[in-house]
Amino acid sequence: MLPLFTVILSFVGALAVGLTPPERLRTIRWTALITALLGLITAAFATLQYHIADGGYQSVVSLPWVTSLGIQFKSGVDGISLSLLLLTGLIAFCGVLFSWDIEHRANEFFAFFLALIGGVYGVFLSLDLVMLFVFYEIAIVPKYFLIAIWGSTRREYAAMKLVIYSFTSSSLIFFSLLALYFGAGLNTFDLTRLTTEAHYSQTFQIVVFPIVFIGFAVLAGMWPFHTWAPTGHVAAPTAASMLLAGVVMKLGAYGCLRVAIGLLPLGAQHWAQWIAVIAVINILYGALIALVQSDFKFVIGYSSVSHMGFVLLGLATLNTTGLNGAVLQMFSHGVIGALLFALVGGSIYRRTHTRQLADFDRLIDRMPTIAWLFIVAGLASMGMPGFSGFVAELHVLIGAWQQPLFSVWILVVAGLGIIVTFAYTLIKIHEAFFRRSATANDPAHPLPEKYPPLTCPETVALVVLIAAALGVGLYPKPLIELINSGLAPLVAALATGAVTP
Amino acid sequence: MPDNSCILWIAAIPLCPLIAAAVIALIKPSWKRAAVGAGLLGLGISLVLSLYALKLNIENPATRFYNFQWMQLGGASVDFGVVLDPLSASMVAMVTFIGFLIFFYSGNYMAEDPDQTRFFYYLSLFAAGMLGLIIANSLLLLFMCWEIVGLASYLLIGFWYRKPSAAAAAKKAFITTRIGDLGLFIGLLWAFKETGTLLFYNNGTGLLESGVTTIATAGEPLFGISAAAGISTLIFIGAVGKSGQFPLHIWLPDAMEGPTPVSALIHAATMVAAGVFLVARTIVLFQADTVSLTIVAWVGGITALFAGLIAIGQNDLKRILAYSTVSQLGMMMLGLGVGGTAPGMFHLLSHAFFKALLFLGAGSIIHGCHGEQDIRKLGGVLKSMPITTACYLCGAAALCAFPLTSGFFSKDEILLCAWTSNRPLFFVGAAAAFCTSFYMMRQICYVFFGKTRSHGHPHESPWPITAPLAILAIFALAFGGIAKHFEIATYLDAEFTAPHHSLTVTVVSLAVALGGLLVGFWVYGFRRTLSATEPDAIEKVSSPGYRFLENRGYLDELYAATVGALWKWLAFAAEMIDAFLLVFSELIVLGVRQLSNLFAFRGDRLLIDQWSFDGFCQTLRNASFVTTRAQNGYLTNYLRFIALGAVLLGVLFWWSAF
Repeated sequence: MLPLFTVILSFVGALAVGLTPPERLRTIRWTALITALLGLITAAFATLQYHIADGGYQSVVSLPWVTSLGIQFKSGVDGISLSLLLLTGLIAFCGVLFSWDIEHRANEFFAFFLALIGGVYGVFLSLDLVMLFVFYEIAIVPKYFLIAIWGSTRREYAAMKLVIYSFTSSSLIFFSLLALYFGAGLNTFDLTRLTTEAHYSQTFQIVVFPIVFIGFAVLAGMWPFHTWAPTGHVAAPTAASMLLAGVVMKLGAYGCLRVAIGLLPLGAQHWAQWIAVIAVINILYGALIALVQSDFKFVIGYSSVSHMGFVLLGLATLNTTGLNGAVLQMFSHGVIGALLFALVGGSIYRRTHTRQLADFDRLIDRMPTIAWLFIVAGLASMGMPGFSGFVAELHVLIGAWQQPLFSVWILVVAGLGIIVTFAYTLIKIHEAFFRRSATANDPAHPLPEKYPPLTCPETVALVVLIAAALGVGLYPKPLIELINSGLAPLVAALATGAVTP
Repeated sequence: MPDNSCILWIAAIPLCPLIAAAVIALIKPSWKRAAVGAGLLGLGISLVLSLYALKLNIENPATRFYNFQWMQLGGASVDFGVVLDPLSASMVAMVTFIGFLIFFYSGNYMAEDPDQTRFFYYLSLFAAGMLGLIIANSLLLLFMCWEIVGLASYLLIGFWYRKPSAAAAAKKAFITTRIGDLGLFIGLLWAFKETGTLLFYNNGTGLLESGVTTIATAGEPLFGISAAAGISTLIFIGAVGKSGQFPLHIWLPDAMEGPTPVSALIHAATMVAAGVFLVARTIVLFQADTVSLTIVAWVGGITALFAGLIAIGQNDLKRILAYSTVSQLGMMMLGLGVGGTAPGMFHLLSHAFFKALLFLGAGSIIHGCHGEQDIRKLGGVLKSMPITTACYLCGAAALCAFPLTSGFFSKDEILLCAWTSNRPLFFVGAAAAFCTSFYMMRQICYVFFGKTRSHGHPHESPWPITAPLAILAIFALAFGGIAKHFEIATYLDAEFTAPHHSLTVTVVSLAVALGGLLVGFWVYGFRRTLSATEPDAIEKVSSPGYRFLENRGYLDELYAATVGALWKWLAFAAEMIDAFLLVFSELIVLGVRQLSNLFAFRGDRLLIDQWSFDGFCQTLRNASFVTTRAQNGYLTNYLRFIALGAVLLGVLFWWSAF
């Protein structure tokens, strides 16, 4: 029952904040912050309560919903969902801190924000496909408003684009849910029962798998359906970018893992190599495009696309190591992506009022703390050992090498992607912080010698995110054990082809 | 089995500078003395511990280690650990010792820099990474420390980031070494795939124990390359990047943009030696398939000669030393390739002392001559800075392998091994040694002799700068002989059997060392006195002896016609290759950029966004215009449609009545 409180808390918080008059800023902010923090604490306690040794779904809550169709309200957690619940709590908390200065329709903003969080928690908790789908849809709506009302660059276009992509993705998912329901013939949408009892034929799996997978992978930023992500990230307000990169993209990856691979292992095996090819395209293509972006936030947007490629590659390996890597990378990119967006879209933009790299004039002298924090974040993002990204990439690459289906070229392209990632991160750091700007030195409007220092909420959020990335990078054992316990049944099912309870 | 648990304390060796770095990071930037103190204290403790570790290991030269689990990776356990063996013991002692002297030196040298605190933060971070790399008992842990070292190097080269060339050099160094690192990383992955472990030593199941056999016997080839050769070559690529071997050496000369102590610590004594150390550490993997060992030897030999040739044409004091470092690192690789751990590591250790000395000496000269680095504009330093000059000459003698100095013993060892196992490489090495003596003599003649040509008054540096020089000078002279006397080669590599002494080798190595010095002196020594503006005292006497001397025994003409011409062409060719490499790397960068532009603007923006997505949406919208037209709000229009509908319905009913 405990994990379910994350969802309930978020929606109650959203309602409470939404009903508070917009003038009462302090009440709104603190309510939102406390709600987010309680969600994080709940997720942490749920993790502590979970018995890793027993594995499987625990804290299961099951209530009948639409009995005639076999739809239940069923929730529960395993290692995978717990690690993502923790991630969501973390990003929500830091996201609220980074929205501290929002004054325009603040009550609505935080209400949408918390509703989005609630939807995300719900997806990670659902053990019933219909329930999962409902929460998935709930998460889409607030995204639109967050971008369209509080966004910047081409916000209506970006919001609409994001929603069109999201709904296209949902329609594919909805279709495939029905297929899964009728294909099993068990009159149930229960994820656990479908996993163990529905013996889908190989042909069925091969046909349905790409539809489910692509449906979810659109939201994970899979090439060539990735362009919503950079545009959306750039247009979104800081906290929403953090959520988009941090958790919403993970919704897609989670669906790919839980529904597509979990229910259709034979289909997954059939399509694995093609997913791997697309995954490395994601990695290299995203990195290459990030290299030539002139808007700092677009750089981060495309780096997200590139990093999500590692998640996809990990998923495609279908072995313990690689899948572990995929989930670790979800966590890692969640934290690091949010950190980068917080710095670029939040801390830096608030002070410079521009995101054009050409206008940045040697920011290391003008905002040293922020610059150094970004350099640390950049190191984390380029997969420096000691940060979570390295552990995740290590898993994914070893997993990919252990998969005999893959050609060596997959690894070669991924390796090139790593080099380009390294190059663009360093080059952009150089352009943003160390270079003299050719355009910004207008004597009439001199740039300030020093920009204002970090505010308290900013500092807390950044420190928390960096600590998370470092903590997992230096001592990944606990998180890996947690994830591993969740993956064990899935991997066993993949190994036998048949499904074990 | 030795009791290994008691060895965990050596983990404190890298941790002390790490804690120091953390402390320095947290204190105020204006507390310079506190930062210097913390850095010195951290490394000082490490130094004491390292010397104790070295003493323990010399008494009992066994391999002792301590391992613990870091994480579970798939089904395998990934462990970390520390190891104390002759290799790590000698290396930590050398790094902490030289590091401590350089820290001490920087406390004074950088005292006027407003960012001295930041400087000591980077230095301590670097020391932690470097020491961690040495005592790591896991290829993965080594790789992680390796990256910390790379990062610290990036930060230190770009320390004066306000200078655009420094910022660019830092970026270039980091990206170039990182290309090598990717090779190491892939080698690491491959080794893990074959053996399931990344520990070096683990009671017989480590990578360097049974792992080698597994790789050599069961490894699957890739692209037709056997696993043993592939893994070791990939590891070597990492070493090539870090140790500035051909063709990834391009970053090292630019790295001289950093402050001089950095050049001494990182780009001479320690970090660049990490690549050599890595090869030495994993040498059994190389020995499993001799192809890679041959590659190591040849890359080393070519680098040694190539960089030696380029060094002759350089005019920047520090760049000459930089190319010299590249050349000596090549020598070490050559030693590893032909003779295993012992000769390569011996040269690494002795080189560390004299190259650190040379860089610190160069720093002292630059400091004393008000920042002048061009050797043509220096001169007469002998008179104004006698202590520095004396120390510098000791270092130069050791570098040129002057008899009975350190460099003599260690270089001799390498050439001897090359003579017995690979004759062509012996000549390459000998030629490189000749270049070394030649360019050092050229530099000495320009810098120390003749008249002062720089502005201002050169002055001797204060004692905190000269004291480390003096200590290092003693080591540069004596280390080789002492180490040789106590048979360092068999300590470093128990299985090493020194090849029989060959008179030819001794004669050749003496001949090239002294010959290079003599030729250098003939070419440059006299020119300096002659080119002085004042007429020389002997000239007034106009004795026939002087006239002979004046024309340098007509050697100039002889030199110009023979060796000089050959030299000029070789040096020219080497520089051309260097330039080509630069252009080549620029071309790759350009190509990548073009590709990125293509993807970004044609692929993403045009094809996917504008044509596909926007186009699709536009088509939908256009389609909707058709239906929208029906709803234009004109009553007559609606009536018309109602009438049309009624007629249609009537026809339909009429039709259905039949």
